[in-house]
Amino acid sequence: MSLFDDLEQVYQTAQAALEATESVAALESWHADYLGRKGAVTLQTRSVGQLPKEDRPAFGQRVNAIKQALEAAHEARARVHKRAALAATLAAGAVDVTLPGRPVAPGHLHLTTQSLRQLYAIFAQMGFEVYEAPDVELEAYNFDLLNIPAYHPARDMWDTFWVDPSSPSTSEGIEGGDEARLLLRTHTSPGQVRVMRERYPEPIRVILPGKCYRYEQITARSEHQFYQVEGLAVGRDITMTDLIGTIKQFARLFYGPENDVRVRSSYFPFTEPSIEVDTNCTLCGGKGCRICKYTGWIEIAGAGMVHPVVLDNGGYNPAEWSGFAFGFGVERPSLTKYNVADIRYFYGNDLRFLRQF
Amino acid sequence: MKIPLSWINDYVKIDDIPIDALRQRLDLAGLEVGGIEIIGHTGAELPWDPEKITTAEVLSVRPHPNADRLVLAEVDYGGPEREIAVTGAPSLFARSGETGLHLKVAFAWEGATLYDGHAEGWTQRKLKATKVRGVLSRAMVCSEKELGLAEEQTDIIYLPADTPVGVPLVDVLGDYVLDFDIKGPFGHLQSVFGIAREIAALYDRPLRRAPLEAMGRLGLRAVAQPDFLELVIADPDLCPRYTATMIRGVEIAPSPLWMQMRLRRAGMRPINNIVDITNYVMLELGEPLHAFDYADLNARPDGDQPAIIVRRAAEGEPMTTLDGVPRAFDGEMLLITDGAGPVAVAGVMGGLDSEVADTTRDVLLEAASFNFINTRRTSQTLKLFTESASRFGKRVDSELAAVAAARAAELMADLAGGVIDPVMGDLYPGKPEPRALHFDPALADRLLGVQIPREEQRRILTALEFELAEGADETWAARVPTYRLDVERPVDLVEEIARVWGYDHFPHTLIDEALPPLRRNLSLEEEARVRDLLVGLGLDEVITYSLIDPADEPRLLCRPEDGATSGDAELPGEPVTLLNSLAPERSHMRRTLLPGLLRTAASNLRFLERVAIFEVGHVFYRAAPPDPESGETGVAEPRRVGALITGPREGRWWQAADRAPLDYFDLKGVAEGLLEHLALTDRADWRRGAHPAFHPGRCAEIVVGERVLGVLGEVHPLVREAFALPEQPVVALEWDLDALLDAARAADAEKEVGMISTYPPVYEDLALIVDEATPAIDVQRAIVQAGHPLVTRALLFDVYRGPQVGAGQKSLAFALTYQSPGKALSEKDVEKLRGRVIKKVEKALGAKLRGG
Repeated sequence: MSLFDDLEQVYQTAQAALEATESVAALESWHADYLGRKGAVTLQTRSVGQLPKEDRPAFGQRVNAIKQALEAAHEARARVHKRAALAATLAAGAVDVTLPGRPVAPGHLHLTTQSLRQLYAIFAQMGFEVYEAPDVELEAYNFDLLNIPAYHPARDMWDTFWVDPSSPSTSEGIEGGDEARLLLRTHTSPGQVRVMRERYPEPIRVILPGKCYRYEQITARSEHQFYQVEGLAVGRDITMTDLIGTIKQFARLFYGPENDVRVRSSYFPFTEPSIEVDTNCTLCGGKGCRICKYTGWIEIAGAGMVHPVVLDNGGYNPAEWSGFAFGFGVERPSLTKYNVADIRYFYGNDLRFLRQF
Repeated sequence: MKIPLSWINDYVKIDDIPIDALRQRLDLAGLEVGGIEIIGHTGAELPWDPEKITTAEVLSVRPHPNADRLVLAEVDYGGPEREIAVTGAPSLFARSGETGLHLKVAFAWEGATLYDGHAEGWTQRKLKATKVRGVLSRAMVCSEKELGLAEEQTDIIYLPADTPVGVPLVDVLGDYVLDFDIKGPFGHLQSVFGIAREIAALYDRPLRRAPLEAMGRLGLRAVAQPDFLELVIADPDLCPRYTATMIRGVEIAPSPLWMQMRLRRAGMRPINNIVDITNYVMLELGEPLHAFDYADLNARPDGDQPAIIVRRAAEGEPMTTLDGVPRAFDGEMLLITDGAGPVAVAGVMGGLDSEVADTTRDVLLEAASFNFINTRRTSQTLKLFTESASRFGKRVDSELAAVAAARAAELMADLAGGVIDPVMGDLYPGKPEPRALHFDPALADRLLGVQIPREEQRRILTALEFELAEGADETWAARVPTYRLDVERPVDLVEEIARVWGYDHFPHTLIDEALPPLRRNLSLEEEARVRDLLVGLGLDEVITYSLIDPADEPRLLCRPEDGATSGDAELPGEPVTLLNSLAPERSHMRRTLLPGLLRTAASNLRFLERVAIFEVGHVFYRAAPPDPESGETGVAEPRRVGALITGPREGRWWQAADRAPLDYFDLKGVAEGLLEHLALTDRADWRRGAHPAFHPGRCAEIVVGERVLGVLGEVHPLVREAFALPEQPVVALEWDLDALLDAARAADAEKEVGMISTYPPVYEDLALIVDEATPAIDVQRAIVQAGHPLVTRALLFDVYRGPQVGAGQKSLAFALTYQSPGKALSEKDVEKLRGRVIKKVEKALGAKLRGG
């Protein structure tokens, strides 16, 4: 047995022992046993002195080669062990992925806010800017200037909340006489005169959103507070066909491209001619159902050409200017779209309702 | 307004038009049909089988051999043989033994479906052949109830004598009742004839005008002073016309079946022939009529004949109206009086004492014209809403008065045996001038955007009874029919042309003009951003009622006994309260969002354990008197943002959850999140606040610059209790949204974006002992100020009180970050910086370094 043979013997033993290691700890002690300072391979270098001089370089090289090979094998083996250990850890760490996630409480925008934003966005595309007017209005703006004089039968169309002119805390009150009677706006139309008086002589294209109030018994179908969005366009050459086209455009954007509109003659004191616009019933698609009273159509807007008296009250000479106006209910489309049974859900603010949107 | 189609068909033939097509055409032309009640025809609740339910004639009645209360009716139903029907109908029973009869009846064969006449409510049943006490009965003579025509089971129905025998009953009594929903003050559409006139124009069909022509048929002569009455109109401004027609010797009795049926289908209750005729003519022509018992009318003290004096009431003048209610009138209400006193409220309701009764022989028939505004005012003030007031309130053509009077008189002669005095009293001080409009058909082109041919325009206006004459430059002079009181301007004619021509023929275009100057609505965008931020911070948006319970204000301010006043600093200005409210809880415009949030929380906590909500909206208060001249309402409507949280911090979960109640610092965290997004963290000053709605020790006032944004705090336990909230912390805030957004805009404009340093930061904790009263924010700010710009962060991470720091003191521990934009800080730099910070807090706030 030469020293060379011994060396090969140690190498083979080391390889076999490495293969047999089953843990990281065993691997480390293997390293100490063979490649440590007193390891079997390391000790082989000490026997180099026993070799003839000419054999020494070859022996040295062989020892180094074996050392390197074993170090590399050790590293490979270590990787295998680490993988296995990691795999075991991961397996142990498995969770039931169907368990509920940590609850976060996401906020929700009110359904009305969402509807208003849709309307704003659609009309913005058509060049309509949002103009806001007050909730508490002068009688003149809500009625008289819109061609609805006192006691006129047209006033029957709006049940009105009137503001008490006296002051509860002082005896004198803050009355301004009969012309200064205040009320809660029954519709967004007072904004028409306000925006016209402010913008004259510019052409106008605005929408007027807002809360409106009616002195009505509160039922599943009627609320004393609701939102409207009114549109007003005033220009040199605005026509009824423009009005119908604009509402049709709106209906297609809002309800879907296949939607059509139907125009009926109607009456509003502040428009002449006046129309009402229907669209295909969103619930039955026009086949006829309870919601559309089996006509296949649901009303979406009241509209018309701005009455010459109203144009005049706004400062626009009806001989030179014309305009159209339209008004939408904001809750109504959601009511029909989601088949909501009760309009009181909107401002009753039951979060179980609002969180569905 | 309900109108049977068969009635309209009297004036314009339309029974060939399918009902759905008719409805569609009427809808589009502005005569909206709200609903259709179908009687007898397919689609009715009880369709009358045309084979099995027919007309028939009862020829004789004989006793039932085995029953005391039944009789056998021999019926000719148009078939080869006679049929025997067993019946207990009272009127037939009364004729037992009679022969040679010609009673036209409704007859149903076995297999027909009818309502059960003897059951409560409406039960349908199929008629079966049965033996009734030994006599086979295969058919029956029907009552109104069995046909679904009346709710009460009374007698069988008798058809007019000229009814053919053996025809389907549906052809005789079947009908469609159209329920018109006509918006607007259109007196000319408040009648069957008015609707028929529209339909004639829409379909270009002839109109039968016979009901309008009774005056000529009767040869009536109108004079101002007839010899049977002294007629005085004292206030012609309110009564442009008064006619009085005399019908003597009437026999009060029920009106004939056809009239009763029409009245019922139109929604009116038959009373007697005279009253029914006044109602019938009102429905037919739209002119409200009133029948006085002539015998009840008094002469004036100096007069020798009964008088009718139309005048304003004396202030407080009394009369009991037909409905039995004693009433007092004001000086603007118009009365019909006789020589002794009031007999009717003009156009609204008659008086009890001059009502037509069973004993009435001579009828004085009033047909008048009253000022529509005044009639409406009276009706509204008295809260007396009648068919008459409703019609007068929508303007009735004064020309119609005499026409309708003659028509009613004619019916009273025909149906009640009356004799008409050939002279009609007719005072007409307010006869209107004929009206003509100068109309340029080009106006229609201009407003409609579609060219409706001139000839078509002319045809439509002519069909609507406008008389056109050629004017200059291809314009027309359009003579307005007297009944078209709604037509005042050329633009009104444009509408007539458009609606009859049909909007379904209009093309659709978009505005073909340059856009107006565009403006950005920044305030709306910013408001939307605040909503989005709060939603992102985990709050649900609510929109509550603007109208609240006024008692919620004192409740909120913790002094329910005293009430809230304008003196309360927390509630600005005078409240906007209502004259008329639906309920006390909805009678006052909110001056604060808090009550709405508190109520919303309370109602939701019945079903949910955690509520985190916000609202963005206006509050309202009176700041100045209204100024109609400038359009200023004097009501301030500032925007606010409010928020409220309550309930456990986290929902229950299968791992440990933080179930501690949400508290002041949770909402403050939300608020700080909002401020951070609006670049206001460093500008917002949190101070101890004092608001009666909040816990005195847990309320902050937030100030930016000079402006107070509002408050945030834990709701006072008494307020919580007053709003029926459970015993758990409820935290709320209410801020001035405009102040917040103004500040955010300013902050954005002045924003300096700092460089991002890449040099390594140095972290160090520093605990400082300060007086209990020293606000943490002051210490934090002093640190940052002293270390500027190298102290980039001072995060408070611990607050300690206890023996180690001594009584009345607290230790605040800050995690500091030192970082330079230009170099790596050395140990020496940090030491110097620390020294500077400590010196500053010692000097400014008397702080001591803990353990230093």
